[in-house]
Amino acid sequence: MSRKEKIWWWIGGVAIVVYCLFPIGWIVALSFKSAGDLNSGDFLPNGAVLDNYSLILTGNASDLFLPALVNSFGICLIATAISCLLSMFAAYAIARLDFPGKKLVLSTALVVAIFPVISIVTPLFNVWRQIGLYDTWPGLIIPYLSLTLPISIWTMSAFFREIPWEMEQAAQVDGATTWQAFRKVIVPLAAPGVFTTAIIAFFIAWNDFVYGISLTSTENARPVPAALGLFSGASQFEDPTGAIAAAAVIVTIPVVVLVLLFQRRIVAGLTNGAVKG
Amino acid sequence: MTQTTLPPVEKTQPVSAPHGKISDRSKSERKLGWLLAGPAFLVMLGVTAYPILQATYESLFSYRLTDPANREFVGLNNYLVILSDTLWWQALGVTLLITVITVAVELVLGFGLALVMSKALKSIRPVVRAAILIPYAVITVVSAFAWQFAFDINTGFVNSWFAWIPGVSADTDWFGETGTSLLVICLAEIWKTTPFISLLLLAGLAQVPEVLQEAAKVDGATWWQRMTKVTLPNMKAAIMVALLFRTLDAFRVFDSIFVMTGGANNTESVSFLAYRQTISRLEIGLGSAVSVLLFLSVVLIAALFIKGFKVDLASARGER
Repeated sequence: MSRKEKIWWWIGGVAIVVYCLFPIGWIVALSFKSAGDLNSGDFLPNGAVLDNYSLILTGNASDLFLPALVNSFGICLIATAISCLLSMFAAYAIARLDFPGKKLVLSTALVVAIFPVISIVTPLFNVWRQIGLYDTWPGLIIPYLSLTLPISIWTMSAFFREIPWEMEQAAQVDGATTWQAFRKVIVPLAAPGVFTTAIIAFFIAWNDFVYGISLTSTENARPVPAALGLFSGASQFEDPTGAIAAAAVIVTIPVVVLVLLFQRRIVAGLTNGAVKG
Repeated sequence: MTQTTLPPVEKTQPVSAPHGKISDRSKSERKLGWLLAGPAFLVMLGVTAYPILQATYESLFSYRLTDPANREFVGLNNYLVILSDTLWWQALGVTLLITVITVAVELVLGFGLALVMSKALKSIRPVVRAAILIPYAVITVVSAFAWQFAFDINTGFVNSWFAWIPGVSADTDWFGETGTSLLVICLAEIWKTTPFISLLLLAGLAQVPEVLQEAAKVDGATWWQRMTKVTLPNMKAAIMVALLFRTLDAFRVFDSIFVMTGGANNTESVSFLAYRQTISRLEIGLGSAVSVLLFLSVVLIAALFIKGFKVDLASARGER
């Protein structure tokens, strides 16, 4: 590459970074604005204040936001754990065993992945009310599996397919017991795939809005995105913009941390599951 | 007992059993296969097939949750009501418009991003890769709020920054009419989902054989010729997979519309219509019918893609 070309690709890279971070930078800037500064029309705050954060963490809006944060973490982690466990078994079978229906399981996962969420919500809304799951954690964890399970199966089976399974036998030939071979050889090889799948599944559950807003009615189970969508200020006369911005920043922190720590794996997981040959 | 639920040693060989002859071993392998994959399979059916059947059943009744006594069987009447209502066609039009615009822009923009990423120098590659994952990982509702506040007549900076563009001034109300509302919704959707497309395309780009590029270069092909004659045809599978997934995803658009306009000014999508009928108006019968119609539309789009463009998802990922 010539020097001139290099500079152009470098500028392109910087442009991508700006494109990706600009709206996030804006919501962060907004979250530090004082009530009087919100309508200034400026990008950056004129003097950063923490009013919005104290409003949602300790102030009037905290009894709306904090329970939602707990709900989101609890529900998403449980749903992620369940779908990882189920797809671990399924992906093992798909990657290693020869059985009819392998294709059926994979295509079912695909169909479920493209299923319109709202088509599931409508009937569940009615059924959940009748059997008492409306506005409860299990009432969200169960439908969340429709979001997390298909992608987990695809991603994990793509990872498992690349594991050199012969190494298990090699270890046994060298005198390891079946359990040792599994623990010392297979688990370390499979763990990164399982872990990456868990992150992606967590992102998807964390992002849910339709289930959260339709199947809950109080802070018993309402997750953060739904709480944000319904946020209308601590009082009727208060502009909720600052509080929403601060809450938006807080729910964005976990995903940004995950991205920064595991970016390479996440990219591999996202593309492996979909196009990798 | 150190022996746990691990499969016996003889089953650890790579899968290459010849078809046709069913030995005891392949029989037990089948059994184990279903034993392991079965639970996930059943859960997937349970959380989708069952609800959609329930919705189909409920769509045949005139049923309002606030008035359960008057629940009665009306056959296909709910569908007739919906299909003869302009609301449905309006919502379908809006949904299709958003889908076509966002997917088209995302494909072009995503390809550009993928090209840059593939060429980006080693020193900035990790930064670019981390940045590109941010929009993907950010909650759609957060992205929708960010874009809404940016364009908002009170809190936004867009009006003051872009006042030099004809038609934009300090009191431009972007959410005051259909066209501009949809524009902002599309912008938010494009920002959020282009990175995902670009990652898929980047993976496709990496699969184009380098030799072909070199050969074309030697033969004197221009950059544009190499792009259209070598690169693009060789990554058709990746493009089609990205296109199919994003189209179906875009067709379900809901979150951004809910946050930004709440369906005002005729910006309602099909998903939003179903939500409003069921959850807000408690018209279980009508809402279920909209849900079923939405489901059928998605199936139709997927079928068109797979038959029309011959997208073979299984072979695209090496599944044979």
